[in-house]
This record gives sequence, structure tokens and C-alpha cells, in this order.
Amino acid sequence: MNISDKLKSNPAALWSAVVLIACALVALPFVLAMAGTTWVRVTNLAILFTLLALGLNIVVGFAGLLDLGYIAFYGVGAYTYALLASPQFNLHLPFWIILPIGALTACVFGVLLGAPTLKLRGDYLAIVTLGFGEIVRIFFNNLSQPVNITNGPQGISRIDPISIGNFSFNGSEVILGINFSGPVKYYYLLLLVLIAVIVINLRLEDSRIGRAWQAIREDEIAAAAMGINTTRIKLLAFAMGASFGGVAGGMFAAMQGFISPDSFVLVESVMVLSMVVLGGMGNIWGVIVGALLLSFVPELLRHTVDPLQRSLFGRLIVEPEVVRMLLFGLALMLMMLFRPAGLWPSKVRRRELAEK
Amino acid sequence: MSALLEATNINKRFGGIEALSAVSMRIERAEIYGLIGPNGAGKTTFFNVLTGVYRADGGAFTFDGTALNVKAPHEVAAAGIARTFQNIRLFANMSALENVMVGRHVRTHAGIFGAILRGAGTRAEERAIHERARVLLDYVGLAARGNALAHSLPYGDQRRLEIARALATAPKLLALDEPAAGMNATETATLRTLLERIRDDGTTILLIEHDMKLVMGLCDRIAVLDYGRKIAEGAPAAVRNDAAVIEAYLGGELA
Repeated sequence: MNISDKLKSNPAALWSAVVLIACALVALPFVLAMAGTTWVRVTNLAILFTLLALGLNIVVGFAGLLDLGYIAFYGVGAYTYALLASPQFNLHLPFWIILPIGALTACVFGVLLGAPTLKLRGDYLAIVTLGFGEIVRIFFNNLSQPVNITNGPQGISRIDPISIGNFSFNGSEVILGINFSGPVKYYYLLLLVLIAVIVINLRLEDSRIGRAWQAIREDEIAAAAMGINTTRIKLLAFAMGASFGGVAGGMFAAMQGFISPDSFVLVESVMVLSMVVLGGMGNIWGVIVGALLLSFVPELLRHTVDPLQRSLFGRLIVEPEVVRMLLFGLALMLMMLFRPAGLWPSKVRRRELAEK
Repeated sequence: MSALLEATNINKRFGGIEALSAVSMRIERAEIYGLIGPNGAGKTTFFNVLTGVYRADGGAFTFDGTALNVKAPHEVAAAGIARTFQNIRLFANMSALENVMVGRHVRTHAGIFGAILRGAGTRAEERAIHERARVLLDYVGLAARGNALAHSLPYGDQRRLEIARALATAPKLLALDEPAAGMNATETATLRTLLERIRDDGTTILLIEHDMKLVMGLCDRIAVLDYGRKIAEGAPAAVRNDAAVIEAYLGGELA
């Protein structure tokens, strides 16, 4: 009997665990703020990447379609937000209109990518999606001529923060005698979105559509013979994954206030995919662990490697960035050797890889 | 009442090879119709044309009174034809129960929003899917193996699970491609009882099989293919003594 079964059989323990975790999550930004507001920002970005990883997990983990250009949807969402809420076109639509538009636009791009690639599998699909990701980024980079839409490599700045009425998520505010800084407010918003996305993912996994995704991953010909419209179900996976990417992108643009094509490079796609693979493809909780690890560890290194070297050797010998990539590579290799199904694999993947 | 499936002059060529030439057959309701013939005679090709994996080069199918116009394999299941595969194609890493639940896909409706919102309708549908899958597992004798992974089941059980999954689509015609292949005598006997029960419960069966004892004992009528042509059709006893059939199986000089 594992922990989750034990909790299920004991509702009191389950609820106290939930309340405890909730309290910890509510208190977290204030604890982090003691170490510096930077850490709240780092956490917010970590949540954004968790959203992305969960979106990609639908495509890669559930439906088994390898997508190497996923960051493009994040970019589409971010640019949609930026263009509709910044001085670029002097449009300032409210976020609750733009975020759905961003999700929908990303969704359309997801279908646009999905449609021509439906007959491709594995490596071939990976190459096409990789190309798609680059195409989208290059478009962002070059759509400043002949008509200036994206402002090219300079990016778009002074993007409106998310606000409800007069309540803006930027800047500090004192509520009930407690000082809420901008990042802390965004933290709570992101946390709510994350919880919603987790619930949606859990429900999708255990549904008629979720089973159809798994069936396609296992055997496409048999799935079709069982009456599953493989074309439609695969497009649905692309569309759903892309929509999550679009929402995350919109929130990213609002939080940062500035975006440029540099945020949507191939390395970011690889990073999100690594989160999914490292955590455990197909398992929602594993993917979350993977995303948080790959978001926080580099930041921790950034804050320890430099001071550590200075105190030991009196000067900086190895750049933190180099150490980061070294450890990242090492971690991925160790993982492939010892935990090929990820840190917290889904039951299915664990079985799959144990067989081989 | 008209025949359940009527195939008229089905043609299929692969390059210069005439895999099926002018194959016609009528399958009546609630019968077990055997399709036999030497290796390479075109039996599986006929299955693949019928189930939309290949497009016929000529000819037409009438199914349940209407023309069967299939553009993609998934439409066949919706029309009421379910199949199993010569080389078992289960969803290997899903449980036996989940495999059968996937079979309900074509008869259920919940979409993305149903899955996310999980309203009363979706919940009721999920319960019904679950319930039906359990009943079908029990029907084929796998009630105790619901949580086992498909690929961990013994060979005979995998064959029966494939039948349960196909039955979950509520077919009018169940097309079985060598269901007894690789089975021992006991497993074959169990399979025979199961197939008779399926027919008696009203589902028509189209059966490709090499186990002659099974075919002769089980089928109501049999068609024999050889080099893509139908060389005989009729009751088992008549087919068994047909000169053309004996020649096809044993070779001319022995006949």
C-alpha cells in the first residue's frame, strides 16, 4: 500500500494533508521574500514552466507525439497578449479577454502544426515540430517590416500588467496591514491557474478522450479499428497542449512587461521537454516535480557557485552558467542510466521500460 | 430480411498481383461465416478492404441494407463492423479493463469539455462505460483479470481480450482474423464455446481460420479463397468434399 492509498482510506488524514499543503503554499511567498523578492520571481517563473510542462505532457506523455517546438505556443500566447495590451498598437484590452484569445490563437497554431504532421511519427515528427518552433520565432524576429507588428528583435515593452478594476498585479499594496509586493500577488494568481490546470489534466487523463490518447500512443491501427478518429484525437492533443502554452505565455508577458523573440528559442523547448522527461512522462505529479527541479536548481547554483568559489579560491574560476550546463548534462545522463522512466514515472511508463 | 453483408465483385490489386478478383459473398444475419484458403489466398486482404485499411479497386459492399462507403478505418467501427488482428494488437500497456473501455469510444460522446467539467452526464457515461467493460470481460471469461496489463496476459487470454474489446463497439458483424492461431486444444475449445455464444446472442461472425477442425465444426457456411478468387462456398460438408478445394489445399497431382 503506498502513501496515496493510505490517504484515500483515511479521509481525516487526507484533509489535514491538504490543509497543511495549502497553508504552506499560502505562506511560501512571504518566507521566500525574506530571502529576497528575487526568489518570489524565480518561483513565479517556475510555476509558469510547470504550466508549460503540463501542457507539453498532454502531447508527449498522453498521446505519445514528440514535440520539439512547444515553446512556439508559449511565444504565440505571449505575443498575443503583448500586441493587445501595450502601446505597440495602443490597444489595452483587459486580461480576461486577452488570455482566452491567446489560448485560442495558440490552439489554432497547434492545429496548424498538427494537421500536416499527422502521418508522421517519432523522429520525423520531432524534426518537423523543431522546424515549426524556429519558424515562429523567426517570424517574431522579422515581422517588423514592411508593417511593424512585432517590433522585431527589440521586442515589445511596457506591456500592461494584469489588473482587475483598479487592482493591479504590479506594484506593492497593503491589504489588512500586510504588504503584498507585485511578485507576491502574481504568485497567488499563478498558483490558482496552476491548480486549475492540474485539475484539468487529471480529469483529461481519466476520461474517454484521455483513453483514446493512450490507445493511439499504444497502437494507432488498433485504435482506428476501435472507431477512434485518430486524426481528430491527435489534433485535439496538439490543440489542448498549445492552449496551455498560450495561457502561460500571456501570463509571462503580463508579468515581465517586456518580451522579445529571445525568450522563445529552441533551448527553451528542450528545457520544457527535459522537465517532462526528467519528471516522468505521462505522470502529472512527476512532470510537476521535474519542472520545479529544473527551474530551481539552476537558480540555486547561480546563487551558490559564485560566492563559494570566491570564498574558496578568492576568485571566480568556473562560470555558474558552465557549472549549470555541466550538472544538467550529468543529471540527464545519470537519469537515463538509473531511472529511465523519470524520477516519478507514470505506472504505464514504468511498466513499459521495465519490460525492455 | 436482406443479408447483413453483401460483397459484390471486390477487386484489389497490389502492382501486378491480383490479390482479390471479383470476390462476392453474402453473409446472413446471426451466422458464423468461415473464410478459408491457403496462405496468401487473400483472406486478410479481404478483411483489410472490408475494414477500410485498404481501398478496393472495384466492387462494393452493402452492409445492413445500406452501401458501405468507408473513407477511413474508424468509420467502419461506427457502421457496426469490429475486427481482431492476426497478430494481436492490444493496447499493451493498458489494463485489460481499459482495453475494453477504449472499445466503448465509438458508442459514447464525452468530449474535451465534458471531461474537464465532468458534469452529471459525463459521470453517468463513464459509469456506463465501466459497467459495460466489466460485463464484457466477464462474458469472455476474463472477469478476474481486469486490472492485469494486456501484455502480461497469457496468449489465449489476449485473443479473448481482443474479442471483448471488439464486442465493446457493439458490432453487428464481428470479423475475427485467425483467433485460434497458436492456441492449444483446451483454449480452442473455450474459444469455440465463446464464438457460438456470441452468435446465439445475435452477433454475426466472419471468421478467418486455419484450424480446419474448428472451422468445419463451428461455421454455418464457408467460402474458400485461392489466389484471390472464391473457388467454393457452402455448408462445411459440401466444401470439404469440393474437388477445387481439395486441389487448392493438396495440389493437383494428389487430387
